[in-house]
Amino acid sequence: MNILTLLIVVPVLTIIGILFTKDMKGARAVSAFGMTIQLIVAATLVFMYLGLRKAGVTDEMVFISDYTWFKSLNIHYTTGVDGIAVVMIALTAIVVFAGIFASWEVEYLSREFFISLILLATGVFGFFISIDLFTMFLFYEVAVIPMYLLIGVWGSGPKESSAMKLTLMLMGGSALLMVGIFGIYFNSAPNGGPLTFNILEISKINIPVEAQRFFFPFTFIGFGILGALFPFHTWSPDGHASAPTAVSMLHAGVLMKLGGYGAFRVAMFLMPEAAHEQAWIFIILTSISVVYGAFGAIWQKDLKYINAYSSVSHCGLVLFALLMMNETAMDGGIIQMISHGLMTALFFALIGMIYGRTHTRNIYEMGGLMKVIPVLSVVYVIAGLASLGLPGLSGFVAEMTVFVGAFQHEDLFHRIVTIIAASSIVITAVYILRVVGILLFGPVKDPHFEHLRDATWFEKLSMFTLVIAIAGIGIAPLWLSDTILDSLKPIVHKLAETNVF
Amino acid sequence: MLSYSPSLGGGRGEALKFGDMNLSQFLMMRHELLLTAAALIILIAEIATADSAKRKLIPFTIALFAMVTVAGFFPVPEGTLFGGSYQSNPLTALMKNVLNIGVLIIFLQAEGWLKRPENSDRISEYFLLTVSTLIGMNFMISSGDFLMFYIGLETATIPIAGLAAFDRIRSRSAEAGIKLILSSALSSGVLLFGLSLIYGVTGSIYFTDIAQTITSNSMVALGFIFFVSGMGFKISLVPFHFWTADVYEGAPINVTSYLSVISKGAASFIFTIILFTVFKTLTEMWKPVIYTLAVFTMTVANLFALRQQNMKRFLAFSSIAQAGFLLLGILGNNDLGMSAVVYFVLIYIFTNLGAFGVVEAISNASGVETIDGYNGMYKTNPKLSLLMTLALFSLAGIPPVAGFFGKFFLFTAAAGSGYYILVLIAVLNATVSLYYYLRVVRAMFIEKSDNPVPTFKSSAYMRTALIICVAGIFAVGFASVIFDTIREISQNFLY
Repeated sequence: MNILTLLIVVPVLTIIGILFTKDMKGARAVSAFGMTIQLIVAATLVFMYLGLRKAGVTDEMVFISDYTWFKSLNIHYTTGVDGIAVVMIALTAIVVFAGIFASWEVEYLSREFFISLILLATGVFGFFISIDLFTMFLFYEVAVIPMYLLIGVWGSGPKESSAMKLTLMLMGGSALLMVGIFGIYFNSAPNGGPLTFNILEISKINIPVEAQRFFFPFTFIGFGILGALFPFHTWSPDGHASAPTAVSMLHAGVLMKLGGYGAFRVAMFLMPEAAHEQAWIFIILTSISVVYGAFGAIWQKDLKYINAYSSVSHCGLVLFALLMMNETAMDGGIIQMISHGLMTALFFALIGMIYGRTHTRNIYEMGGLMKVIPVLSVVYVIAGLASLGLPGLSGFVAEMTVFVGAFQHEDLFHRIVTIIAASSIVITAVYILRVVGILLFGPVKDPHFEHLRDATWFEKLSMFTLVIAIAGIGIAPLWLSDTILDSLKPIVHKLAETNVF
Repeated sequence: MLSYSPSLGGGRGEALKFGDMNLSQFLMMRHELLLTAAALIILIAEIATADSAKRKLIPFTIALFAMVTVAGFFPVPEGTLFGGSYQSNPLTALMKNVLNIGVLIIFLQAEGWLKRPENSDRISEYFLLTVSTLIGMNFMISSGDFLMFYIGLETATIPIAGLAAFDRIRSRSAEAGIKLILSSALSSGVLLFGLSLIYGVTGSIYFTDIAQTITSNSMVALGFIFFVSGMGFKISLVPFHFWTADVYEGAPINVTSYLSVISKGAASFIFTIILFTVFKTLTEMWKPVIYTLAVFTMTVANLFALRQQNMKRFLAFSSIAQAGFLLLGILGNNDLGMSAVVYFVLIYIFTNLGAFGVVEAISNASGVETIDGYNGMYKTNPKLSLLMTLALFSLAGIPPVAGFFGKFFLFTAAAGSGYYILVLIAVLNATVSLYYYLRVVRAMFIEKSDNPVPTFKSSAYMRTALIICVAGIFAVGFASVIFDTIREISQNFLY
């Protein structure tokens, strides 16, 4: 079996395995086992991929396998990955692995919880390995819909309305996306011949410019909604705040990346002329996302809201970088996806663990946690520093690359938006350090907090997996950057070919 | 312009050659003949069984009908009968088989309701009425002229009114029957008037003749509008949908599911066939009409569905909205559109009967029929809740269940003909519909209740029916061979 299909089969088998368990212990053991295997498969994939590239294979996509599914519509189940997809798969595997251990003590309907969580992960893996737009869209929706139950059943606060809002907005996004996909499909053979959903084949032809102009916004906004594009980001703070820990981790860490990934892999790659023409609109919107998200985070008292707004800002930066459409900035954008995925997952994991102990997420009700739960607190500081872009951690590499790339544009418009977006670094520092100060230092405000238990083994496992990955990217960013750059070349090349500016 | 012709056959010489029909040609009507035989056997069995043993008629009829269903799948000879009044081809056979599968599931689901004491003496009545309507539908689908079409339609409609009023002791059921028969009569009248106008212009009632001679003029347009209005009643398209919610709510659940799935499916089939063959030269005329109907049907039905509390009314409006989506396939106006319509109806049968089956099982066990009544049901009846969720997701078009594929192909058909804005309206409507489908999911999984639906075990028949539905909900989507086959049959039919 193709190693990519294995990435679908393992989670599906895990789900089936969970069906046969009786209680929480069984369910979580099976989940942990399955997702460990998944992590191993993902790691193997990374090494196999690097090995192939080292051996001089220069295909755009590797590990391609192709099965005809609906013959009469030329729908295929086609899988294949390039460097970008490989690192996204690795990210997903790490976050899901950490997520399972972060939800080690979910007692209420635990089997159903793990099934939904892994179903969501299956959708994400399927999305990243798909080359065919039909299966890509199918997996995209599979990833979105379990969110409703995950937030609605296991969430907190106004969970029903948050879950509904999130689901409807994201499905609204996929509605736009569907129109975009139809547009691409029916223009995929302008010179006659069979229509196709295959991204690689479509990228070889040029979709008529009028069609691009019409369908690019549908596709880009459709994906952009999942990537928290302003003004369609409002599902994100409410959804993340109400979601249970592992779901926030997975959603902010991985699912929002589907938006960014799809935006360049489908919208920009297949419709480059329109991307160039309309980029300015979306650059303005993403600049607003970046700054607005950061400002939003400053005013929040709830830890999860802080992190959710911070995600809006960081994911905005991803789209911003991609829209710069040069190699450096796009490289930075993708590193930002990975980096943000890891650190936001870490943040949400920590918030869940802290909430599990203090039963509050209001930062003003807590304080001095550094004295009481030092391990959790130190990791929180690490996550914070990564988020504000401290050198040596992943955030720095990402943001640095993005802004260097963005500044390569010499016109006034790009300069101004870059400066505006870059100002978010300062604002990020403000809200991160403010939270760290209030939450971790100072006197312990509540006497009940004196005797909190520090991190347990499974919590440590969850946290340190993520910390190691964050530090790894920060210390040795080049292998990641190179892997991405290789695969970016055809995309950037296609975009550059059609540069109208 | 208006020409009078004494014979209905217009210029068709073969119309009068009745003599050369032989047995093999006669067997072209295998579906109808089998159903008629089944109806007669049920009658004889009714007479032959003692009053105390009437319940045995249920498994007997189900087994009988299962055989009829299986027999329908053997290849049917192609051709026409009665001088072109009756046509048989793989497409019509396929449509009849699709309906048979649906009716089989409905029969299985009916068992719990038929076993009630007040129905004990009327078991065969139910089966007879249902089989009669099905015979009508089969003739309607196979019709080659408007006369056969109309006879089939009426045969299909009138017994349903009897079925809707089956629960005689409930006044709402009787009301449903009356409402159905009155609105059906009105719609039939309207339809017939439209057909007579078209006959007046073209001088023929035969589909093939009309297709060749019909041209666009205001009289044809008027006739066509009446025709569409009449069909709109049957398929319950907005603004001809007003009878739907009341009848669906009043009728026994089993009959409601029959109305919403089989009756609607059959009408959609013949509507599609007529539009694609008889009016194929007049697409400029009917496309705007269907476009408008699609937009109104989807949007209005969705808005009404948002606020329903009764599950039957809720599913009624949901099924109106689904009919709106179906029109997108018709707008595709090619083999892809045709196959998408048939495929969608097939999926819709499994999906909607799954949902109705759960509603019926719960209603039989506890009498609960409101969405609030479902609160906390996952705790007490996890399997039924999951099944309901699957069915609702399939209705909403969420992958990986079949509804996703059905909707996707309908929209593909419409997009292929360039109706991107309509597709956008449709997908946004699908998103709105997700809101109300999720309301039910929320009730079952998220809401807590002090007295949820008690745990119960439904009968073996109901479970069989539901298992078939689940299998269909998964298999019809993934097994691409089904869609590819339907596509091939549609291509052969149209070109």
